[in-house]
Amino acid sequence: MYDFTLHRPTSVDAAAAAIGGASDGKIMAGGMTLIPTLKQRLANPSDVVDLGAIAGLKGIREEGGNIVIGATTTHATVAADPTVKAKIPALAHLADGIGDPQVRNRGTIGGSIANNDPAADYPAGLVGLGATVHTTKRQIPADDFFIGMFETALAEDEIVTAVAFPVPEKAAYMKFANPASRYAIVGVMVSKGPAGLRVAVTGAGPSVFRLTEAESALGGSFTADAVAKVTVAADGLNSDMHASAEYRANLVSVMLKRAVAAAAG
Amino acid sequence: MPDTGIGASVRRTEDFRFLTGQGRYTDDINRPGQVHAHFVRSPHAHAKIKSVDTAAAGKAPGVLAVFTGADMAADNVGSLPCGWVVTDRHGDPHKAPAHFPLARDKVRYVGDHVAVVIAQTYVQAKEAGEQVTVDYEELPAIASSAKAMDSGAPQVHDEASGNLCYDWVLGDEAEADAAFAKAHHVTRIDLVNNRLIPNAMEPRAAIGEYDGGTGSYTLYSTSQNPHLLKLILCAFVLGLSENKLRVIAPDVGGGFGSKIFCYAEETVCTWAAKKVGAPVKWTAERSESFTSDAHGRDHITHAELAMDKDGKFLGMKVQTTANLGAYLSSFATSVPTYLYATLLAGQYTTPVIFANVKAVFTNTAPVDAYRGAGRPEATYVVERLVEVAAREMKLDPAEIRRRNFIQPDQFPYQTPVALQYDIGNYGQSMDKALEMIDYQGFPERRKASEAKGKLRGIGFSAYIEACGIAPSAVVGSLGAGVGLWESAQVRFNATGSVSIFTGSHSHGQGHETTFAQLVSETLGIPMENVEIVHGDTGSIPMGMGTYGSRSLAVGGSAIAKACDKIIEKSRKIAAHLMEASVEDVEFDKGTFRVAGTDKEKSIAEIAFTAYVPHNYPADLEPGLDETAFYDPLNFTYPAGVHICEVEIEPSTGETKIVDWVAVDDFGKIINPMVVEGQVHGGIAQGVGQALLENCVYDLESGQLLTGSYMDYCMPRADNLPSFRVGMTQTACTHNPLGVKGCGEAGAIAAPAATINAITDALGILSMDMPATSEKVWRLANQHAQAAE
Amino acid sequence: MPTVSMTVNGRAVTGDVEGRTLLVQFLRENLHLTGTHVGCDTSQCGACVVHVDGESVKSCTMLALQADGAEVTTIEGLAKNGDLHPVQAAFREHHGLQCGFCTPGMVMSAVDLLKKNPNPDEGEIREWLEGNICRCTGYHNIVKAIQSAAADMKG
Repeated sequence: MYDFTLHRPTSVDAAAAAIGGASDGKIMAGGMTLIPTLKQRLANPSDVVDLGAIAGLKGIREEGGNIVIGATTTHATVAADPTVKAKIPALAHLADGIGDPQVRNRGTIGGSIANNDPAADYPAGLVGLGATVHTTKRQIPADDFFIGMFETALAEDEIVTAVAFPVPEKAAYMKFANPASRYAIVGVMVSKGPAGLRVAVTGAGPSVFRLTEAESALGGSFTADAVAKVTVAADGLNSDMHASAEYRANLVSVMLKRAVAAAAG
Repeated sequence: MPDTGIGASVRRTEDFRFLTGQGRYTDDINRPGQVHAHFVRSPHAHAKIKSVDTAAAGKAPGVLAVFTGADMAADNVGSLPCGWVVTDRHGDPHKAPAHFPLARDKVRYVGDHVAVVIAQTYVQAKEAGEQVTVDYEELPAIASSAKAMDSGAPQVHDEASGNLCYDWVLGDEAEADAAFAKAHHVTRIDLVNNRLIPNAMEPRAAIGEYDGGTGSYTLYSTSQNPHLLKLILCAFVLGLSENKLRVIAPDVGGGFGSKIFCYAEETVCTWAAKKVGAPVKWTAERSESFTSDAHGRDHITHAELAMDKDGKFLGMKVQTTANLGAYLSSFATSVPTYLYATLLAGQYTTPVIFANVKAVFTNTAPVDAYRGAGRPEATYVVERLVEVAAREMKLDPAEIRRRNFIQPDQFPYQTPVALQYDIGNYGQSMDKALEMIDYQGFPERRKASEAKGKLRGIGFSAYIEACGIAPSAVVGSLGAGVGLWESAQVRFNATGSVSIFTGSHSHGQGHETTFAQLVSETLGIPMENVEIVHGDTGSIPMGMGTYGSRSLAVGGSAIAKACDKIIEKSRKIAAHLMEASVEDVEFDKGTFRVAGTDKEKSIAEIAFTAYVPHNYPADLEPGLDETAFYDPLNFTYPAGVHICEVEIEPSTGETKIVDWVAVDDFGKIINPMVVEGQVHGGIAQGVGQALLENCVYDLESGQLLTGSYMDYCMPRADNLPSFRVGMTQTACTHNPLGVKGCGEAGAIAAPAATINAITDALGILSMDMPATSEKVWRLANQHAQAAE
Repeated sequence: MPTVSMTVNGRAVTGDVEGRTLLVQFLRENLHLTGTHVGCDTSQCGACVVHVDGESVKSCTMLALQADGAEVTTIEGLAKNGDLHPVQAAFREHHGLQCGFCTPGMVMSAVDLLKKNPNPDEGEIREWLEGNICRCTGYHNIVKAIQSAAADMKG
């Protein structure tokens, strides 16, 4: 690892100032992606701004019918939170399947979405549930937040502060994990609620995407049968030594059916 | 059964230190004044080194020295040798190109060692390493063993034309052809035994140290056989007198073969310690383990089995291409020959076998022994062949095996491939395994799975292995450069405790417990009075280390022999003390008695007398300290039957192992708990090979594509079931303990059982490992479509 | 050079570190607590698991400075007054370790599991161990040990 100056601000303003003042700064939430990247000497930031000491960024609250999750809330906290489990069990399930227990104890929702790894789970959670990302500058609908592979709508000095999830009537997340890395080869979130009918897919493409054909099919009837014939073209899907595009396309169909069946419960 | 004697599941002595964080692994050791090494490695699979510029790195903060191959050449440091000469089909020795610890003219795989930077801290060494500028002329690379012998393929070594290390045969081809001519049916298969990366959890590490006052070196190393490492370094590489190097292998975190060999890094640390005048430490990062630990397996095989109309085997022909990587690792040549083709008889009476092995060089990491070493490859060939034969002949897979088993009254049994099996009862293991798995109930279980939309399959593997490596005269005649005996020293201390010095090395096997049980029972002293010392050439007689499931069969036998010497000497002392004739003194459970009297002396009293010999036989030396060397008379032949049941979800290809039965015959068992643990771990590695693990190189560039746990899939707890382990027992006939060896069995048996079960579930004959979910999904769907 | 202070196994410690110093380096190199191991460089093997403020974390994927002010427990701090923790004792009783290298992380992970789920079934144990790789045992006896420890701790 190259050396850097570590900042541990206790307020969002101080964090924004620190990142603004750095010649080549990186924001760190849980560090579950950034620290391994630094260890491999794939990045050489002058400054790292750790958000972990900012109390205001942690925690889960209900607000205006939404579940609002602070940016540095860990996956383990989301997975175990009674409110999340009661109102959006699909989200608790998603958080409970990220990485491994130790990663869940450190990794955060804000860090995950700001990184936008194409195989991460949370992007499907946000898009599939129609969430809104709160930042130091604005509020961004999830549909507009994830731009492309490792790319989001965030500006350089913009920090995610929270994510607000509307409470769906039904939702479920199903994931087919890479057996080595345990990231999603394919993950599908389906939901029906205030944000409409939503089907979001992670792992299969360069970034999370909505499966509109499945959404239309579910408009008729929210059942596994309704999506039984939904297929996805392999063209443009990710292909690597762990899963070809064709296999990923199949997994999208299978995970979709499983998710709809679970959500229709 | 005694609490700590032979046959008791004594809880392990070594566990307390491991469980409380007090284990002492090489990286836990820090020597006064130590400095740190970082290796500059080749990013290319094949390139000429035009120049290496170390000037900038040499001036970087904290840097003491930067060395290249030229510096080692100037000191006459030799090539890392391969210790087993294989004679090819024309009577010539294998091609043995030089393998210098730091490359001199060319690099031949990604991760090959180009330079070493030595600095005050590891970070300084690593950062300075980025300033070493190497001017490479990139060359085309050959990473595929299938294409290595093609005309026009890039040549890894000038002296190995066509990349051929050797073309070797075993058996009589004409006889085999004659047997095939008479066949009712011939089964043919093509298979790949996938390349694996051993991945002991402790990365390799070394600390080299030089004492200018005495001119002697010490090397701490993560080694499975410190004595052999010392011998190789002194005699072949560094040109040191053997009494000037002490090798210490402290607690070692798993080996599985990968820590048998003499590696470049430990060689460089030892050599450089004198050059820089400070202890030099190196610990591999996991990514370095991936690129530079010796890999395992990597065979491509075509095999044929000839049968009569009843499914009786008439002959077998096997053609294998074995990938040895870019250089020959310490024992690489022996693995696809004497540890592989000699096992092709399996448990069967196949009368004629012909094997041809072509071993090739490629621009990949060296390949050498990995848990099982040749024997898993042989079992995979035999047990896949037999399974496919059963399906083609429409015979029950248990029945076809039974019809061909060597029968108990046929032992000792001379196979057509050099080995003579001493004892076994293969039908008994099969019966027990069938009963444990409830074979009768399988059709019902299959129906129940089908009702859930899943495919269920059952797969057998009746394996044999040759362990307890090995009779020195036999391996010597086959080209081994060393003898494969083992040593033991049993030292009574004056106050009755005992120190055992063994040339075997424990890196997880639990020798400190098993050997202490053996000594406790043999000498009749409490187990807590026995200390097992291993892993230090400074205190232990020359030994040969631990690999090939040899520790108990060879090392344990040496301990038993040394204990016998102790008892015989003690008997003389006891006779003197009790004023009896030696012939009248009996020994039982730690006590010497004069037959027919109530006179007795404990062995502790005898030991005290031996060291305080105030009243002592005039013709006897004081002291009670005996050394024995044991050279086995034959290999041992553990064998058994493993049965695997799988359930497959056809929509995704997910394969779940739903049951696993292992019935093994390891001969006599000292600690059943430890033995079962070895079986579990072996199966996990075999299942890993069959379902998950695969070392992949890009065939164009020679880059390692599976260079971390992100891409190389290690078996996790949720990939595996609990295992059901049963035992049968025929005692080995030729060692004093009747033991056979258990460390590799699981890894040998498991791949064939797993693939046989999956292909059974899918209703197909063959597929290659690893059976990833995508592969299984494709085959399930092809088969479903074909059936429609 | 920044200074970091924390409580490790009940003892207040302070040390000079760099921004990039990992918690595991601080434990092994500054404090000489070598029971915590490093088995990989991609945060997957779990040999380095310790507890920070009562939660199991991978100490190879946390900066020492992030643990400033925290309570850290390592494998060396688990046994009290020479008595093995029930999870340590169960690993010994059920042969849940062979080479011992993954063991400290495996034990620290299991202790956290039983705190969160005192009565896990076999499947839950196997899933929890996703972040801990063992190459020796095939996990069979590790699972058995954790089940047994759960029973003992309820006892």
